[in-house]
Amino acid sequence: MQAITPGLYLLVAAALFSIGLAIVLLKRHAIVVLMGVELMLNAVNLNLVAFSQYDPVRLQGQMMTLFVMVVAAAEAAIALAIVLQVYRHFRTVQLDEISELKQ
Amino acid sequence: MLNLIFYAFAALTLGGSLAVLLTRNVMYSAFFLLLSLLGVAALFVLASADLLAVAQVMIYVGGVLVLVIFGVMLTHKPKPQPDTVPQAARPNHILTQHRAWLWPLLVAAGLFTAFYSLLSRTHFSLFEKRAPFQTSVDTIGKQLMTEYIIPFEIAGILLLAALVGAAYLSSQNDRTNDRQPR
Repeated sequence: MQAITPGLYLLVAAALFSIGLAIVLLKRHAIVVLMGVELMLNAVNLNLVAFSQYDPVRLQGQMMTLFVMVVAAAEAAIALAIVLQVYRHFRTVQLDEISELKQ
Repeated sequence: MLNLIFYAFAALTLGGSLAVLLTRNVMYSAFFLLLSLLGVAALFVLASADLLAVAQVMIYVGGVLVLVIFGVMLTHKPKPQPDTVPQAARPNHILTQHRAWLWPLLVAAGLFTAFYSLLSRTHFSLFEKRAPFQTSVDTIGKQLMTEYIIPFEIAGILLLAALVGAAYLSSQNDRTNDRQPR
């Protein structure tokens, strides 16, 4: 079986990271911004896994990816709880409307 | 053949994330994120990371995405409609607002161009070796119990702390009675 050119993984991951960054910068809904952060984390995981297939004894990249996934799950839970509290307080989750300190 | 499958899943991943970028409906973007995460799981399989692909499907698709959809639904306030509009005719989409398109796209495109030029110029001597297709479950289990035992335990404590913190933060009762409603 002929393996895939690993450079393609890096290219796909770079594109995914750029799209995630564009989502974070462009959207105003707090939860969509979180989705962009998840996409960026996935791009980094893809890079780690692509390099890790050349290290079958220690698998350092895949272990790192596992811990990134754990931290991302914890981050999503906490961030959504915070977004929920922000919604209860301000009655909106559009980030640009939450500008209490400016007023 | 394998390359064709790889291109298909890469297209699924990038197409899903592009659709998240382009759509304004938050529910649509949640479901396009599902497509993108499943594509990443398939790419993990093609890089011989089978355990991580299963973990990706279970953690991201089964956990994080359900949480995100819950969050979208809990933080939505329907616009007040006149009573003359019947219930079925009221719009139920949840929209996000956009900032100006120019700067975010410029920054993202610039970053991608930088990555692309960097990757096309770099030569990884690692990539000349042949990567064997093999299962990684045994190795990951061994590594978690030997070399990575301390990060493993710390991850457990972190998950416990995140659980307690999320439950405390999202609890309904008003802890600060002097909070001013807006």
